[in-house]
Amino acid sequence: MMKSPQDNTTTKFWQSSLAIIWKDWKIELRKKSLLSSMLIFSLMIVLIFTFALDLDKSARENVAIGILWVTFVFAATLGLNQTIALENENSTLDGILLSPIDQTSILVGKFISTFIFVTIIEAFVMPIYYILFEIPLFSPKLIVVILLGTFGYTLVGTLLATIAMRTQYREIILPILLFPVATPIIISAVQCSNKILSGASWNQMSGPFNLLIVYDIIFVGIAIMTFDHLIKE
Amino acid sequence: MTNYLKQNNKLAYMTICSFLLILISVYMILIYAPQEIIMGDVQRIFYYHVASGWIGALAFFITLIASVLFLITKHEKYDLVAMSSAEIGVVFISMNIISGSIWARPVWNTWWTWDPRLTTATIMWLLYIAYLFLHTGLENHHRRAHITSVYGIVAFVSVPLTFAAIRIWRTIHPVVIGSSDPNAEGQFDMTPEMTTTLLFTVATFTVLYCTLIWHRIRIQQMQISLSKIYSHEIGN
Repeated sequence: MMKSPQDNTTTKFWQSSLAIIWKDWKIELRKKSLLSSMLIFSLMIVLIFTFALDLDKSARENVAIGILWVTFVFAATLGLNQTIALENENSTLDGILLSPIDQTSILVGKFISTFIFVTIIEAFVMPIYYILFEIPLFSPKLIVVILLGTFGYTLVGTLLATIAMRTQYREIILPILLFPVATPIIISAVQCSNKILSGASWNQMSGPFNLLIVYDIIFVGIAIMTFDHLIKE
Repeated sequence: MTNYLKQNNKLAYMTICSFLLILISVYMILIYAPQEIIMGDVQRIFYYHVASGWIGALAFFITLIASVLFLITKHEKYDLVAMSSAEIGVVFISMNIISGSIWARPVWNTWWTWDPRLTTATIMWLLYIAYLFLHTGLENHHRRAHITSVYGIVAFVSVPLTFAAIRIWRTIHPVVIGSSDPNAEGQFDMTPEMTTTLLFTVATFTVLYCTLIWHRIRIQQMQISLSKIYSHEIGN
């Protein structure tokens, strides 16, 4: 059976995205610097919060989800800076740009590899968090919310990290650009997670949950529409 | 050259016009509009507060439109508009936040509270400061225009949220136009004089915005032509 040209471009698109993900993974498997630094960094944040807020049992329940999200956000920012800075080191981004592939597939590839890195860190941090704070984190609802939040955050983060790398400030400017843009996602994710922990019903948490999904969708749209313009310059 | 002068003339008229309008609006706010029964004179801040908030939102919307137009057409003038509008927007949102804070002191008994509306307005303010910061971090003209345009689009995502914040979350910020949460503190109903004053102030600020953005674009154009002259002389 003949493949239509439409099919062919779609396959090509995913092949080139996969190639970028595979390349990032290969580098990480050899260097092992990113995942380990993200993990140590996340543990440090948890420790600092424990000391700084003097968390006893009652205080813990109120702020635990907030600290969890702050940990994820900071660790993800570290990861975002690294995966994009990787391409800056030897101007390898130019090499990727020269290859005859759809430029949006670079964004998709970079985004998916960052998303995987961050999710791995989250998978490590959550059990530790559970042991330290005794908070029931392992409900399917909460995991869905965490994945959705991470999705939106790393997606818009990948876009903005590409912007940051093209300025003279480099890594310094990423948090300044990213935190205010990502706040709607963080706010709705934290509200959702808090409601899940307090055992709210689906109806009660539908407000922030819908907001989370809406922002995920908006960011997907914006990222796909603007990335071409960003990378060509 | 004559064209330039003519443009200058129009701009001068407009500047005078907005100055006079502001004088009239001050008269209307302080004398024409009646005193609010419960809050007293402090309620009069409301007119400039709403008007500057409106200009902030309008300015950021213009930045969005200009950014999109730039990415489509690649005309440098749209980049100038986007940048100038964001600058003015930041100034007006600052005024909006400060005037709100002054009003909140007697009415809410605090300068600041982490209410959804206040929080989202602050986020919006930070976003556009980041936008201006990004502008300074890029030296290449062409690249700067592209990158800031993308950020101008991403940043606008927060503006509708700020507008909707008082309508979707429980908040103490009053919604004077449209229905409000019963928890809101400092709620009041407007008399016809108040409505007239508010509309007039909003119109005045819109004229002021147009004047300011015209000035700002003109200055940027002069900067560009000046730098062209310089580079030409160095080239020779």
